[in-house]
Amino acid sequence: MATKASRSAARLMMAPAVVLLLGWMLVPLIMTLWFSFRRYLPLRGGDLGWAGFDNYVRFVTSSSFWPAVQTTLVIVVGVLVITVCLGVLLAILLDQPMWGQGVVRILVIAPFFVMPTVSALVWKNMFMDPVNGLFAHLWRFFGAEPVSWLSDVATPSIIMIVSWQWLPFATLILLTAIQSLDSEQLEAAEMDGAPVLQRFIYIILPHLSRAITIVVLIQTIFLLAIFAEIFVTTGGAFGTRTLSYLIFQRVLESQNVGLGSAGGVYAIILANIVAIFLMRIVGKNLDN
Amino acid sequence: MGQIQLKQVTKSFGDVQVIPPLDLTIEDGEFTVFVGPSGCGKSTLLRLIAGLEDISSGHIEIDGKDATNLVPAKRGLAMVFQSYALYPHMSVRKNIAFPLRMAKMDQAEIDRRVDGAAKVLNLADYIDRRPGQLSGGQRQRVAIGRAIVREPAAFLFDEPLSNLDAALRVGMRLEISELHERLKTTMIYVTHDQVEAMTMADKIVVLRAGFIEQVGSPLELYHNPRNEFVAGFIGSPKMNLIKGAEADKHGAATIGIRPEHTDVSMSEGMWQGTVGVAEHLGSDTFIHVHETGLADMVTVRITGDIQAKHGDKIFLTPQLDKLHKFDAQGLRIG
Repeated sequence: MATKASRSAARLMMAPAVVLLLGWMLVPLIMTLWFSFRRYLPLRGGDLGWAGFDNYVRFVTSSSFWPAVQTTLVIVVGVLVITVCLGVLLAILLDQPMWGQGVVRILVIAPFFVMPTVSALVWKNMFMDPVNGLFAHLWRFFGAEPVSWLSDVATPSIIMIVSWQWLPFATLILLTAIQSLDSEQLEAAEMDGAPVLQRFIYIILPHLSRAITIVVLIQTIFLLAIFAEIFVTTGGAFGTRTLSYLIFQRVLESQNVGLGSAGGVYAIILANIVAIFLMRIVGKNLDN
Repeated sequence: MGQIQLKQVTKSFGDVQVIPPLDLTIEDGEFTVFVGPSGCGKSTLLRLIAGLEDISSGHIEIDGKDATNLVPAKRGLAMVFQSYALYPHMSVRKNIAFPLRMAKMDQAEIDRRVDGAAKVLNLADYIDRRPGQLSGGQRQRVAIGRAIVREPAAFLFDEPLSNLDAALRVGMRLEISELHERLKTTMIYVTHDQVEAMTMADKIVVLRAGFIEQVGSPLELYHNPRNEFVAGFIGSPKMNLIKGAEADKHGAATIGIRPEHTDVSMSEGMWQGTVGVAEHLGSDTFIHVHETGLADMVTVRITGDIQAKHGDKIFLTPQLDKLHKFDAQGLRIG
């Protein structure tokens, strides 16, 4: 695409896609911004006029705002820690030559293909049900009192479900990274007197650092928006109300579109702060 | 100190025996080169000595002590890999210091040794750079630096020059030879390039399919090859091997004559042929002669220049005292 003519032709041909994508993004964004400044209560009189910054003030001063932010962070950080740590270990394990490697790898990736709603329901009904769940049977087998997972330890349970979904993604990316490690480097380190743990710390982990940042970046963006897992398990009860769930409740349960939109704008700002922050780390990491 | 002894060492991968029982002694301070065509087991042999592969049977002794079951780090050997295997996320300084850090040496001693190695190998200018920012030759030096700071009993080189361009290869060859003169440490060097073997080695070990074909000094191998394989492998251009009636005249199954031991004339001589390609190097001329009735092609080497064109008639006379004779099994006669 060197000549002027081919460049302008390319621009012309890309234009429809770009305009469509831009519209797709801009229309909801502008509508959200517009509603966030309106008193809009669909079942209690509809659009009741200009509200100024009332919605923004009400959203952050509500007693459920800070707990929601905290829950969001706990879930995101918890899932990230679990998936990255287990992902590295699983990747190392899957990198070892073994019988049935191909099948095992596909099985490991499988959870990623299960829809979030489905996997959350499976976990809720088959594993975590305090009467008939597998965990309850296991607990009773050892003579312990079954745990009511989704009411007593609701947040950790959700972290567990979401980690199970995202572990394959982390494992897959880390596995490809590990496979690109030059085996002579490990042998050189072995000759240099580095035992297994040291080889992991000084050779394998630095080699994986780039892949780990990518996993963290991509997962954070998706994890900030998890919804289905909470909706079908606890419905936001027992301290599992995240920011995105709070917005959903404001709009649909309280029927207050203006307030929910203001929350949506906060979520956009939060996601962008995280994204900029992560982009800088990744940029730094990718330069080396 | 660094005397290495292999006693009845074998190596099998599954059912395939790549190293049949093998005995070899490498004396302290010797520069030994393992040479052979690719797949002859020379790299495997080096990795067995290094401890990166377990031997299937037999013993390895380093300085008279059994090292068969020692882990690589405990053998006191340092290795330079073909790909250099530098740690990409560490600076040159940290790369070189890595084995010392793993040995839990104190920082002052580490700094002293790293600076010493940097001086010897002229690394000072780029000591704080990452390997990715260095050229091939510089990386090679860093890899050697990482090996020498450990003050090992012996150095192991696995085709270290094969990734360098021709000019750099000649330079590094000299540097490694000089390093050996200065350090007087045992070195084992694996290569498929017989020129590297001839120029650097105190002792050459010629391998084929895991078997040692001959062990000796470069000139011993050149003058008295034990069999046809060694005769054909050592020397450049290759020795001409001639079978048939001409060999029978000398009472051998095969006779061999090196290209440089053949006199050339345009008018008379023992053998007659047609010039194929003449390679003029200036100092020497290699002439590939066809239609001699002896072999597909006979190569001769003459110093200086000769006016020989494609298709010219040419006469060759071998220097009979430099003739090598081999029996039907390929072994040397006399």
